[in-house]
Order: sequence, then structure tokens, then C-alpha cells
Amino acid sequence: MIWSKEETLPRAEMEQLQLARLKETVARVYEKVPYYRAKMQEKGLAPEDIKTLDDLKKLPFTTKQDMRATYPFGLFAVEKDELVRIHASSGTTGKPTVVGYTQGDLETWTDCVSRIACMGGATKKDVAQICFGYGMFTGAFGLHYGLEKIGAAIVPSSTGNTEKQLMFMQDFGTSLLVATPSYALRIAEVAQSLGIDPKKDLKVKTALVGSELLTDAMREEMHAVWGEDVRITSNYGMSELMGPGVSGECLEHCGMHINEDYFIPEIIDSETGEVLPAGEKGELVITCIKKEGLPLIRYRTKDVTRLFYEPCACGRTTCRMENPSGRSDDMLKIRGVNVFPGQIEEVVLSVEELGPHYEIIVEREGYSDKLTVRVELNKETDSFAELQRIENVTRNKLKVVLGLDAKIRLESPNTLQRFEGKAKRIKDLRNKQ
Amino acid sequence: MVTKQISVFIENRKGRLGEVLDVLRESRVNIISMSLADTAEYGLLRIISDKPQEGKTALSSAGFSSMLTDVFIVSVPHEPGALQKILHVISDEELSVEYMYGLSVDSGEASIVVKISDLSKADKVFAKYGIRTLGYNDLL
Repeated sequence: MIWSKEETLPRAEMEQLQLARLKETVARVYEKVPYYRAKMQEKGLAPEDIKTLDDLKKLPFTTKQDMRATYPFGLFAVEKDELVRIHASSGTTGKPTVVGYTQGDLETWTDCVSRIACMGGATKKDVAQICFGYGMFTGAFGLHYGLEKIGAAIVPSSTGNTEKQLMFMQDFGTSLLVATPSYALRIAEVAQSLGIDPKKDLKVKTALVGSELLTDAMREEMHAVWGEDVRITSNYGMSELMGPGVSGECLEHCGMHINEDYFIPEIIDSETGEVLPAGEKGELVITCIKKEGLPLIRYRTKDVTRLFYEPCACGRTTCRMENPSGRSDDMLKIRGVNVFPGQIEEVVLSVEELGPHYEIIVEREGYSDKLTVRVELNKETDSFAELQRIENVTRNKLKVVLGLDAKIRLESPNTLQRFEGKAKRIKDLRNKQ
Repeated sequence: MVTKQISVFIENRKGRLGEVLDVLRESRVNIISMSLADTAEYGLLRIISDKPQEGKTALSSAGFSSMLTDVFIVSVPHEPGALQKILHVISDEELSVEYMYGLSVDSGEASIVVKISDLSKADKVFAKYGIRTLGYNDLL
């Protein structure tokens, strides 16, 4: 089922709609957001200079650093009392990235997710269990409202306590699962250990996975444990732009359809900033054209992908993006959580018993990610209690900043590798295991 | 009498203990006794030697996290209950043992290395109860 008529607009009509919304958005941020106005003036640009969609490339980019520089509400285009919801996600260091929604934004967001859910096969008959963390993270809330709008029965079970999740699945007859791919696999693993066969004993027929890359290998593994007939689709989004719902895969499995009437995608060369032609691989840049609270212009997602504009066999005409093949920055996704090495560095530097050098190791343990941070001891001690205290302090600080539990490995001074050029402090072993 | 002990942090990694001993050999430090306590990730190596300061300096410049710690070497007569008596004194006097390990010397009595909470009080307590503490000269 196709949720909105905008998903099937002929290209010319879509572009007409995009241009009208782009012009309106640019005029509004120029008027309401001094930061954008200054950036545009620097380039000698006024809203009237945006006459065609091609003029989009004249506009300045927005980056996570811009969001940091204007923390918390500096890029917002509405008064604070217009906001009805505030979420936050990881910043590159220190303060998180704050996003805000007006009532209208929540409606747009709901529409985005309803579309994506329908693409993945969701219907009003579904019992949808949402195993994303509810909280400042946008994932759970996005899926929640989008699925509820369709008429599905929501089970907001959040993350963790897998045995209880399974009890709900069995007793409520959960037919649709929302989770990260690795948590979906973990649930199946726990089920099997309890003598529950997900294929026979559970009723899950649809899985909407996101917040983490769905690799082909993971999709196959998911089919093997959940059943060949389970419909597995991935969806994409990020808090800065909206949350989940920017794009989603349909059952043709040929890329994720971007909700183009809300988001204009571009692909750029991340080094030069030049716009690349359709089909070429580069960094995805998104302009929000229907956002009221936080309408970001040319936001650099740092995700590397390609765009295809051919209409899809599913009937939708919207542009499709490939599953991102990597990042143009050093962000890591660990257990579905965005982690920037800068955040870890900041914690390491704040513990005075530790030296400034560190190494981040990410490994796969079963179906979960394991984060280890190697640090150098900068204090002489003869006491295990003291060593333990240093470890705990570091671990707790990381937990506050990242929302993740990390293992701390204390090492002697001068053990970790020193770098003269660009430091390589990250060892991501997950796809090598 | 307190004695300087070298304490070294070492990761549980193959060959790491050997590296510490290489440094001590090169700086001609003689080990009289040692103890290695460990957790899953790392250990603390504690060494009684003839030249603690030289040993510590050599280890630090070789990149080890090491320090000097004041400990007691307490002489324990070779008879049943001797150690128990000493520990009673320590606890009766409200002192606590942070760690201890045996020290073997070629003499009539055994001795133990004890790290105690309150050094100066412990010194007085040992004197009061006639518990003999040793220094390097007694050991070599």
C-alpha cells in the first residue's frame, strides 16, 4: 500500500512542489535565523537568488559543527513556545545536538514514518512491538506515531529485558518488529535459548529495522532465524533532519525511497563540496523543505551513498538512496548509538589520572557490539582500589556522555601508538570477525 | 623501620613481566623478594630489592608506571602461631593490612612484607610489642 499521493508524483510535479517549498524555506530561515542569514550574506546571497532547484547548490552547507556553535536553539526558525517536543542526539563532542518540533513538524514526521511503514508492509492489523529506546533518541517516537497513525497496535516495549520482550511477543501476538538489525538477531538468539522457535512460535511477519546499517549478511541471518517469509526492510533518518522517516526501503529491495516532498537530497564530493551527478557515490546532503522548527539547509549527513531517480516497480516515483556504504567522518554506530571519537577523547582528557592517548576498539560479541577503550595510566599507584576507581570514573563518565557501557583497559604509559600525522585511534573489527 | 618497595603496574600481556626484569637486570638491581597480584586485566608487581631508588628510576624511564611504597619487613619466628600473634596485635591496635607477602631469607627466622594503613603508628606498635622489623642490612 502506498500511503501518500506525493510518493507517486511525476518528476516534473515533484520538482515544482520542491521548488515552491525550497523558496519558502529559504525565505523563512533568512528572516528568522540570524546564523543562516549571516552565512548567506557572506556568500552574497538573498532568498530571491533561489529561482530554480539547481540554485540549491549556491546555498551554504550546514554541519554538526554549526549545530554545536548555535547550541541549543540557535538554528531554530520558530519561537521556543511554538515547540511541542525536544529531542537530542550525540554531538561530536561535549554538548548533544538538539532538535525541536512544532505541532506541524510532528504531523510531517508521522506522515514520513507512516509512508515508510507501509513500504515495509505494515498494516492496521499489525501488532507492532517497538524495541527502540524511548527517551531523547528519536527512533522509538518516530516509529511509534507513524505506525499508530496507520492503525497498528503499538507495544512500546523499548530496549532491553529480552525475555520480557519475548513474553509480549508470544502473548500479544506481535506481528511487526521494530529494532536494530543486531537486536532483532539477539531476540531470536534468546528465544532459541528459551526453546522458542521464532519461525513457529512467534507471529512476526514484518521487521522494520533501522538506526544501524542492515548489511546483506545480516538480512540473510535474520531470514535464517526469523523465517524466509518475514519481510525485512531498512529505513533511514537522523535526528537533525527529523528522526526516522527520511527514507525507507520498499518490498522491491532496490534502495530506500526518500520522502522527496519533505527532503531534497544531493550527493557531493565530501572533499570539494561539489555536487555530483545522479548515480555517483558521495556524501548525502539533505535540505529540509517542510520543517518549521529546525529547517536545516544542505545538511551534511556524512553518510556515503548513491541516488537513483528511475521510478520503482513498487509504483513510487521518489528518488532512492542506496544503503550507506560508509561515513565521510569518523562517527561510529555502536549498538545503534552514534559515537564520535571526540566524545571519548574529551572524557579521557578529563580524567587526570589518564594520559591523553587512547585507542577505541569495537568488536562484535555474539550479536552485540562491544566497545573497549584503551587508555594510559598517568598516575603511579600501589593500590588495586585506586586502579579500580580510575577505571570506574572513566567508565561512568563515558556512560553519561555516550549512553553506552564501555570496557576500560588501563595500560602503562607510552604503550599506545603515537601518531605524527592523522591519528588512527579507532579499530573497528566488526566486519572482520 | 620502614623499607622502600618498588611497585610496578603491568598489563596481563605476554612477556610484560620479563620486560620489567630486563630493566632491573640492566640497572644491576638485585631482587630480594617479590609478589605479583593480578586481576583479569592487569597486575601489580611489588619488589623488595637492594637498590629501590635506582630500580624505580630505571623502570620509570623505561616507560613503566612505578613508584616507591613504604612497607614493613617483619620478622616472624619459625613457630606455629607466630604470624597469627602479630596479626592480632595489628588488628587490636586498629591498624589494617593492605597486603602482605612472604619474604624468604637464608636465616633462622622467616619474614613477611606488610603494607599497613598507618605507618608511623605501626612503627610504634611494633616497638611496643617487641615485634622486630628488618632493613636491607639484615636481609643481605
